[in-house]
Amino acid sequence: MSYLPYAVAAWICLVGIAGIATSKNLIHLAVCLSVTQSASYVLLLAVGYVKHGKAPIFVGLKLGSKAVDPVVQALTLTDVVVSLAVIGLILALALDAHRLAGTVDPDRLHEAQG
Amino acid sequence: MTWIPPLLVAIPLLAAAVIAGLDHITPAPIQHAIVLAASTATTVLAFLLLWSAESHEVVHWFGGWKPRHGLALGVDFAVGPLAAGMCCVIALVVTLALVYSLTYLHQAARLADALLLVALGAMCGFAMSGDLFNLFVWLELMGVSAYALTGFLVERLGPVQGAINFAITASVGSYLFAIGVALLYARTGTLNLAQIGQTLSHGRSGGLAIVAMTLLFCGFLVKGAVVPFHLWAADAYAVAPAPVCAVLGGVMTDIGLIGVARLYWTTFVAIDPGHAVGSVLLWLGCVTALLGGVMAFLQRHLKRMLAFSVVSHIGVMLAGIGLLGTSGLAGAELMFLAHALLTAGLFFVAGVLHADHGTIDELRLRGCGRGSWVPAAAWLAGTIGLVGLPYVGIYLGHALIDERAPGWAVAVLWLGSALSGAALLRAGARIFLGWGDPDDPLLGKPFDENPHQHGVVRPLLVAVAVATVAAGVVISVVPGLGQRAEYAATRFESRRGYAERILYGRPLPSPSPLLIATRHTSLSSLLFGAGSAVFAAGLAAAGLRKRKEIPAPVRVLHALHSGVVGDYVTWVIVGTTVTGAAWALLLR
Repeated sequence: MSYLPYAVAAWICLVGIAGIATSKNLIHLAVCLSVTQSASYVLLLAVGYVKHGKAPIFVGLKLGSKAVDPVVQALTLTDVVVSLAVIGLILALALDAHRLAGTVDPDRLHEAQG
Repeated sequence: MTWIPPLLVAIPLLAAAVIAGLDHITPAPIQHAIVLAASTATTVLAFLLLWSAESHEVVHWFGGWKPRHGLALGVDFAVGPLAAGMCCVIALVVTLALVYSLTYLHQAARLADALLLVALGAMCGFAMSGDLFNLFVWLELMGVSAYALTGFLVERLGPVQGAINFAITASVGSYLFAIGVALLYARTGTLNLAQIGQTLSHGRSGGLAIVAMTLLFCGFLVKGAVVPFHLWAADAYAVAPAPVCAVLGGVMTDIGLIGVARLYWTTFVAIDPGHAVGSVLLWLGCVTALLGGVMAFLQRHLKRMLAFSVVSHIGVMLAGIGLLGTSGLAGAELMFLAHALLTAGLFFVAGVLHADHGTIDELRLRGCGRGSWVPAAAWLAGTIGLVGLPYVGIYLGHALIDERAPGWAVAVLWLGSALSGAALLRAGARIFLGWGDPDDPLLGKPFDENPHQHGVVRPLLVAVAVATVAAGVVISVVPGLGQRAEYAATRFESRRGYAERILYGRPLPSPSPLLIATRHTSLSSLLFGAGSAVFAAGLAAAGLRKRKEIPAPVRVLHALHSGVVGDYVTWVIVGTTVTGAAWALLLR
């Protein structure tokens, strides 16, 4: 089993978080957030991968033949759907921030502090 | 009674969907009727569930996919007395908030009710879930509705920024959680909590389980507003409408702690023979209690003050869970019960002040509350309940936590409660009595206020506030409640009992009858409770004095709560790394 997918997942996660922490633009920040989340997709798929495994659709497959784990794929799909709602909401809020403050730079929104 | 658990989720979610879908054709009174009927039904069913979960865990397997030969195949809701009790409190607080918002949120928008119902369903689902991935899904559902509720009043920048900070910080926490789920699934090959616990108890612990535990727990702690993951909380609660704050601050924040407790006692207790996980939680709890108290004292905006008071009580509850014993967990339960009602009640009073005067800034409100005796009495009662005067409000929970906590931790936890209580007392004295200086540089700059509310029915708001506070104040003296909480904690802590019930359907030994009497507490707890109340009163008086300069540490604390979301996320990562390193060292 290769360690590459795990390294890739860790890298994506760290890059995404670094992007969020230093972001100067809310839209960019929302994209970084979805980058961070894609780390969990890669990780999930890597966890369920079986070498030479078939897609887990068991119609026409011989009994006992290898297939990749269908659970992680379901989890990934759910994850994608969940993140859609969050990203959509954040983008809508970013639009509102731009309308009200004329900027999408989180450092220049000064309402909440202290 | 296995049909009840799914209904606690289905009823509010369906009602929310109906309201949202038919918003443009249903008149407001019908919508209100649907909303209140749904939340009341949920509350009643939650109490019924509590009654039927008394003797054994109520387990519902979705689609009838029961475990075969001790292997979990499906997804389950598993409800013991603790989870059922949580559902009761959650449903009760949400129902009160919905009654309150009948006229309070009238003009803002009616869909807020639907979002509150979604939050209700999600929180109940979370409390009952026996499946790791479903915990994540409920967490996210709860989160999305909370972000939307926070940013509801989009005409002002404050709510928008608060919601953005909340959404992004909490999402990062959720993603850490998701990665933890993937790792734990990789390690154990199952998502059922009972099954994970069984698998972990057989093999070596290994580093992967510790990494997964760190990510999962830190994901919960972000939701639970534990220092240093708490930074979003004040920004979000300061801007959300009062009834929404009551739900977020009263019950939703505490949900994260239930997650920690649930995961620990169903799964990770198996890799923690020396109870090393608890010491880190105890430390985090103490720091949170203290910092929350100090920050509450430095606020002038009542909702921000209450937000930090929530943070400080969260710290006490986390410390109780971190003691990893029956009395600590029972204390956390009782504290949750009293704190949820009292905090919600105080947010309701703050909403009344906002409706009366269009501001909830302590300094601007100075003397404005003279003559409104009922809100003043409710504020005072709620504050005293949160300080922990013996046998009032949170006292009993606090005292149970004291029983097992080391001496230094007891002192720190009481100090935290006293500090946040002092802040609330000071605000009450300034607002309702007009005492103190009209300005105080300690408290930072004023905030953007939400617009004035129109069309509120004030007696209704006051009545809800008074009822909520009154219910919270008497928690410590309700006969039998302490014993019941301890019994629920014993059941909650038995990993083996839980796993056998879930995976093999084995019945538990029937419980011995519980005493129905007010639970006694130790002398030192009585002294600490009384001392904390005296200290809070003294500190509140000191807070009213005229002041010219602010000490440098205060400036640093204000600056740390910067309102910049990048900083918050950085703190989340720092916190995760440090707690992870501590656990790795302790569990080696």
